[in-house]
Amino acid sequence: MKIAVCAKVVPEQARRIDPETKRLDRSGEPTLNPFDANAVEEALRLKGDDADAEVVLVSLGPERSLDALRKALAMGADRVVLVSDDAAAGSDLVASSYALARALEREQSELVLFGQQANDSDGAVMWAAVADRLRRPLISQVAELTVSSGAVRGKRQTEFGYDVIEAPLPAVVAVSDAINEPRYPSLKGIMGAKKKPQETVSLGDLGVEAERAGEGGSRTEVYAIGDPPPRGETQRIEDDGSGAEKIVEFLLERKVI
Amino acid sequence: MSTLVFLEHHDGELQKDSLGVLGKATQLGGKVSALIAGSGVEALAQQAGRFGAGKVYIADDPALEAPLPQPRVDVAADLVRRQGFETVLFAATVLTADVAAALSARLDAGLNWDLVDLVQEDGKLVGKRPALDDTVYVDVGWKNEPKLALIRTGTFEPVETGGEAEVEKVDVQLEDFSTRATMIEQAHEESEGPSIEDADVIVAGGRGLGGPDNFALVEELAKALGGAVAATRAVVDAGWYPYAAQVGQTGKTVSPRLYIAVGISGAIQHKVGMQASNVVVAINKDPNAPIFEYADLGVVGDLHEIVPKLTELVRQRKAA
Repeated sequence: MKIAVCAKVVPEQARRIDPETKRLDRSGEPTLNPFDANAVEEALRLKGDDADAEVVLVSLGPERSLDALRKALAMGADRVVLVSDDAAAGSDLVASSYALARALEREQSELVLFGQQANDSDGAVMWAAVADRLRRPLISQVAELTVSSGAVRGKRQTEFGYDVIEAPLPAVVAVSDAINEPRYPSLKGIMGAKKKPQETVSLGDLGVEAERAGEGGSRTEVYAIGDPPPRGETQRIEDDGSGAEKIVEFLLERKVI
Repeated sequence: MSTLVFLEHHDGELQKDSLGVLGKATQLGGKVSALIAGSGVEALAQQAGRFGAGKVYIADDPALEAPLPQPRVDVAADLVRRQGFETVLFAATVLTADVAAALSARLDAGLNWDLVDLVQEDGKLVGKRPALDDTVYVDVGWKNEPKLALIRTGTFEPVETGGEAEVEKVDVQLEDFSTRATMIEQAHEESEGPSIEDADVIVAGGRGLGGPDNFALVEELAKALGGAVAATRAVVDAGWYPYAAQVGQTGKTVSPRLYIAVGISGAIQHKVGMQASNVVVAINKDPNAPIFEYADLGVVGDLHEIVPKLTELVRQRKAA
């Protein structure tokens, strides 16, 4: 089985939106979106010892994302396809999902996996847009996943309890971060990662028309960035052994005990 | 302006957040319509009318029985194409997030998510979106129509207008791939014992506890305070604590006088379930945990040290 994992590289400690471009400041150290590590782990679990199975990472981002994507290779993924193009900068859901779908069409994997959300944009929407573009069945928020006899079955939590949903392959599945504990790459894995295939493709290579990419291909925009509405004082203390006493004092002061 | 609000329903009731978004749409003005998709859902139309929908489109089909997103995308896309709505609004849930995102791709229409307000500014619809753990508010907009938006859980309260809706049934035509995913089982867990929704004091535990056995620390503190125990989605999904105790986006919404968060990092999905709490205390070893942004008192430290001591101090005080 071939599994494509869609992964995003995000800035570590994203704490700032650039007032000039109104985009997220991506100057921080690039790192694999931690929620995508769950998708990588699940793909590796499904692959198991099957030598014919392949786990390919598909990502959209600047060239320097490759360093962070190598973490997934070190965990055990087989190769990386990075869609990298200056013209893709500023892409929103519509533009990104289009480029990603074109890259996934090229891979023709039986299963496409996503993590639960991007921890920079807090977006939890990409998989449904991609599944629609690929015209494939979708199961999202999956906390338990099984694949057998050409079908995928996922258990997931909703507002009302638990659903068990099944879909024939090829399918798109988004996993929740409760599904597993991602492994740490071994030293051998880290050493081997550099030698694994890492391909960079442009939008042109995928046949993505210029007008469907970047800001021109996007349908949303940012007008302004402001402060959140004021909220009450927040106090923060470091526990020096008297943390519990200080909590009690605070609770008494606020008359909640 | 013409707005379509996608209304989610469960057990024969329209969801409160959906009705809240409907109320917001009527405030914004223009023609407000609603879409209800399901099986045997015609009776819900009048309820939608009472909460502000001028017109209700009913998509009633056995294929829409299970709450799965893809058939709903087909129905909504057809309707939006035919009626040309300028705006399509959703109260965010597990189901509607998938419907809205797929609709965005299908209609080449912009989607803004996690909005906590919608306003008209200079004749333009502007969405207010908290970002970076709610430390900044971003004004977002749309470059084309329809403008799609997902509204954060618990944002708008329903407003009963007492109106009556015109009802129209729509044809249900589904794409071949939309019906491939099927619902095998739905388990609706009922809570046992006193509900955390009515609790005056809540002590909640998260992944920082390190394992299910350490929930005893949370339970002891809750007992000392005379409160209830709650849990985050992460630990419920990991099987450490029952679903009935879950607070957050896919769990309960609580508003106790005191909420103590133990080993909870405080993702937005958790925050929306407890932000109405009166006093919030957080104990976490990670000084960068988002929970500290919205805790009245944040204590950076080892919960295994702090919580047992706190329990003992509370007990002594009660005994005195």
